[in-house]
Amino acid sequence: MKVSLSWLKEYIDVDINVNDLADALTMVGLEVEAISDRYDYLNSVVIGRLAKIDPHPNTDKLKLCRVDIGDRTITVVCGAPNVKNDMLAPCAMPGTCFPKGTILEKSIIRGETSEGMLCSEMELGLSANSDGIMELGRNYSVGSPLNKAIGLSDPVFEIDLTPNRSDCLSIIGTAREIAAFQKKKVTYPEICLPESFDDISDYTSITIMAPELCPRYAASLVFDITVGPSPFWLQDRLISVGLKPINNIVDITNFVMMETGQPLHAFDFDRLAQNRIVVRTAREGEAFITLDGKERRLDPEMLLICDGEEPVALAGVMGGLNSEIERSTTKIFLESAYFDPVCIRKTSKKTGLITDASHRFERGVDPNGTITAINRATQLIAEIGGGKLIKGTIDEYPNTFPEKIIDFSVMELNRRLGTCLDINDIENHLKSIEFQVDKTGNDRLQVIPPSCRVDIIRFEDITEEIARLFGYNNIKTTFPLIPAEGRHPSKKIESRNRIKHLMTGLGFNEAINYSFISKLSCDRLNLEPDDKKRQVVDVLNPLSEEQSVMRTSLIPGLLETMKYNISVQNRNLKLFEIGNVFFNTEQKDSLPDEVEMLAGLWTGKRVDAVWFSREINCDFYDLKGVIEELFGNLGIGNTSFTRMPPASCFYTKPGFTAQVIIKDESIGLIGELHPKVLSNYDLKQTAFIFELNFDRLINHIPGTKSVSPIPKFPATSRDITLIVNKDIEANNILQSVIDLNEELVENLHLFDVFEGDPIPAGRKSISFRITYRSSSETLEDNRVNNLHKSISDRLLEKFDATLPTV
Amino acid sequence: MEKTIEQIKKEALKELEAASDSESIKALSVRYLGRKGAVTQYLRNISNLPKESRPEAGKKANQTKRAIDELFKNALKRLEAPSYETDNRIDVSLPGRVTRRGSLHPITQITQQICDIYIRMGFDVAEGPEVETDYYNFEALNIPKNHPARDMQDTFYISDNIVLRTHTSPVQPRIMEKQKPPVRIIAPGKVYRCDSDLTHTPMFHQIEGLLVDENVSFGDLKGVLTTFVHQIFDPETSLRFRPSFFPFTEPSAEVDIRCVICKGNGCRVCSHTGWLEVIGAGMVHPAVFENVGYDTTCYTGFAFGMGVERIAMLKYGIDDIRKYFENDLRFLRQF
Repeated sequence: MKVSLSWLKEYIDVDINVNDLADALTMVGLEVEAISDRYDYLNSVVIGRLAKIDPHPNTDKLKLCRVDIGDRTITVVCGAPNVKNDMLAPCAMPGTCFPKGTILEKSIIRGETSEGMLCSEMELGLSANSDGIMELGRNYSVGSPLNKAIGLSDPVFEIDLTPNRSDCLSIIGTAREIAAFQKKKVTYPEICLPESFDDISDYTSITIMAPELCPRYAASLVFDITVGPSPFWLQDRLISVGLKPINNIVDITNFVMMETGQPLHAFDFDRLAQNRIVVRTAREGEAFITLDGKERRLDPEMLLICDGEEPVALAGVMGGLNSEIERSTTKIFLESAYFDPVCIRKTSKKTGLITDASHRFERGVDPNGTITAINRATQLIAEIGGGKLIKGTIDEYPNTFPEKIIDFSVMELNRRLGTCLDINDIENHLKSIEFQVDKTGNDRLQVIPPSCRVDIIRFEDITEEIARLFGYNNIKTTFPLIPAEGRHPSKKIESRNRIKHLMTGLGFNEAINYSFISKLSCDRLNLEPDDKKRQVVDVLNPLSEEQSVMRTSLIPGLLETMKYNISVQNRNLKLFEIGNVFFNTEQKDSLPDEVEMLAGLWTGKRVDAVWFSREINCDFYDLKGVIEELFGNLGIGNTSFTRMPPASCFYTKPGFTAQVIIKDESIGLIGELHPKVLSNYDLKQTAFIFELNFDRLINHIPGTKSVSPIPKFPATSRDITLIVNKDIEANNILQSVIDLNEELVENLHLFDVFEGDPIPAGRKSISFRITYRSSSETLEDNRVNNLHKSISDRLLEKFDATLPTV
Repeated sequence: MEKTIEQIKKEALKELEAASDSESIKALSVRYLGRKGAVTQYLRNISNLPKESRPEAGKKANQTKRAIDELFKNALKRLEAPSYETDNRIDVSLPGRVTRRGSLHPITQITQQICDIYIRMGFDVAEGPEVETDYYNFEALNIPKNHPARDMQDTFYISDNIVLRTHTSPVQPRIMEKQKPPVRIIAPGKVYRCDSDLTHTPMFHQIEGLLVDENVSFGDLKGVLTTFVHQIFDPETSLRFRPSFFPFTEPSAEVDIRCVICKGNGCRVCSHTGWLEVIGAGMVHPAVFENVGYDTTCYTGFAFGMGVERIAMLKYGIDDIRKYFENDLRFLRQF
């Protein structure tokens, strides 16, 4: 909300400078976001001296003025009658933004270039005077900005009000806060109604059919008014806070709303059928055309102001086109009401109409402010619009708002704040913001907040008032008593940190991608129609299609990240991410399944070309090694990688994909990206990925570590090379050695796999080293040789293998 | 006596210095320390001295003999040591073979730093779901449907009653429903709001804090948050608490720190105010306690929340929040 200092000064003396005032407002909870000066637009209006005046060659009505603006002389086309040689006048330069919104540009007027504009006081927004250009005294220096020269300044505070402070949505509301910290009183505008005639009840009536949504509705009538432009002072006030003057009647309602916070609405009385008002809820599907000319479809949660026949306003939000004040209007029906905040909010949300009125009503206006506001407006209408006031106000107020009485203990208050304020201090603070305060005991106060403070309901609200008036920064800093009983972090959190650190140690950079992805990601991932990953959770109001569903896999995000990086020439990537994926449970209003995943991606070079090596592309085994090392560090044993059947590979390449298994439980997969997926993502280089279920993975991390004794006796090893059928997986052979359960076999180390000459086609050689060791003696060669032979024989038989011919 | 033992030593040293090969040193050794050597001669002659000065002179001569012997031996050792000086050398300027370490995302790092500070103060880490019910995200926190306070957060909806959590605050009621006071938790995590520009991304990270116990005051809140600010930024950072509004706290506060960029002189980052909003906080609203069945006459507490991206931006001087989620390797590697 905008508040100008000059308007504030109508109600409160301000004896501190602008910056201090802004700070003080911020520190009582009215955050001043920015301070501007409303005359800043005059920075580009400079004082010019009319050096020479020539006739315009193409018209008698205009003149060509040579205007000295200090550093140079420019030509300005001007039609004002009062131009004369050597006079000083304000000259607006191109770019000047006038109060009414127009921006001055360099222009050609009747064939002559005008490099500026000589302005009248009205054009400059300084007065209603439009008789010729503004003539300035001789003592100003040519070329200086007008506002600096004549000392025009009116700071405007942009206040970011929190939704609880509806009482401050007005100039007087802001003045009340200033009064509190300046220890002064607000001067409220004096309202004296002019002479009135007849009786309002003879002319009109108000029927409230929905008192719970409209607890109060007041009205007054002014006849024989003349609609026209507002006087300068009124327009100036509105412009100062960013409102646009419309006509005297509408301007007055806006002025009073800004002054008091109470929105008002003026109807053309003659256009109200049967000259009466009915307040009722809308019917389902009822149509109504609001002031902005748009037809609105309504529902029974919305409140309508109707005349004897049809709606004339969408209550608290916007008036109707059918009862708008027009130039010909002579009779005014003025409305000042209290509408239910929730009702107004719903209506505003549903219709998408946010107005100054709805903004105030939905935050709650002062239920007792209706009459003051209507009287203030009636007074101004009579003053400005002329006219005859009809005697009395109709005030339909079926159920009065109860006063809120809050009784509290000062000790409790001090305990909550950590202060030691005495009862009198508290009393004074509350009185400074117009609370009624009664001492009901040594330690007890009973307070009644002013009716405008709709946010004050209970004791805790009072504590905030005291805290902010005393000053948050004056409250002593203390520390809570915390027993020294530290708890162990959860396994999940601890493991996550550990894994993240291990992954970085393995050379991976952590990525964080958005949790939402494109709905097309499932297709881009080449998923089967019944794939679980297609059970996405849709976002009802996404910012874009690319972020329209919650991810069911971390892979799309990593692929997008890969794509982005390659586009900026980062072609070698080792990325990982830990984050949640979301599966739709297909049950209405139930939360999706959130599963935490760990994914990795490796693309590009394992080794760049360097002085000691040629470049080497990364491959499946590079990434597999990462998982193995990760698991090894976490103490996870019993891991296996089994080939994924080609029919189960969708986004990874069949034959190049493995399932990652720990103790018979599938944890996830690792593989090379499917060429289709690469092309779907428009990627030109292949990538290797893994995605593991984090929750399942961490279940396998042992909680304790036990150390094996260092062997006492030396080991001895023997190599073996088997030539087997190409399809036999190396691990089958190694596993079958383990399965032999030979006590002396300590370790197996695969060191060579070879295909091609001299190995026959369809066969390959696999070489590994078996380490033998006994825990009780140094092994004799004979024993090892015999055992090695026995193992070798069994393998030869089992795998239909042969030994290499030496 | 012709020469003193010192003179002999001096001469020996002089000759040693001149000796350039091991043969000459060996010869020197014989000349001085051999059976007919100068030192040996000297020692023999001690018996000619008056009886009373013999022990002293003998001791001194023997010491000198040992010292000279030592010098000769060392000199010999040096000369006889094998030489490694050859033309065979490596180019030490070639780059080393590096196993390049990866990096933790800056958000992870700052989250960890923030959590560590609170953990040191006795808080535990808690977590909650990212997709939340309207109840936990709003109503349990005293933000009823159709309350203007809902405008403070642009919400992504999954259905009428399911939202992407707009803050980490729903962890508060979730924990309090399960745990009796005292409660001291911090809850880091992802949050979502439909907003996207230079300073807003639709997903970002927050850390929530909650402390509930008997006799917890606003002063305590100030103490804990002041400690935090001094640890995460700088012990000299000045800060201020000012009134604000959150439906789930009363009184509510905004914590500003002196702009770390301009030191309070006013700059673009602090919108020329000299202050930066870093934490929202307040005393837990009694309605929140009532919703979880806490006795409001016994317990008070405070809650606070902060944006991780914002703190990371201030600490690292990042000016575009979107950088966090582009995951440009050149960005990630700097952390």
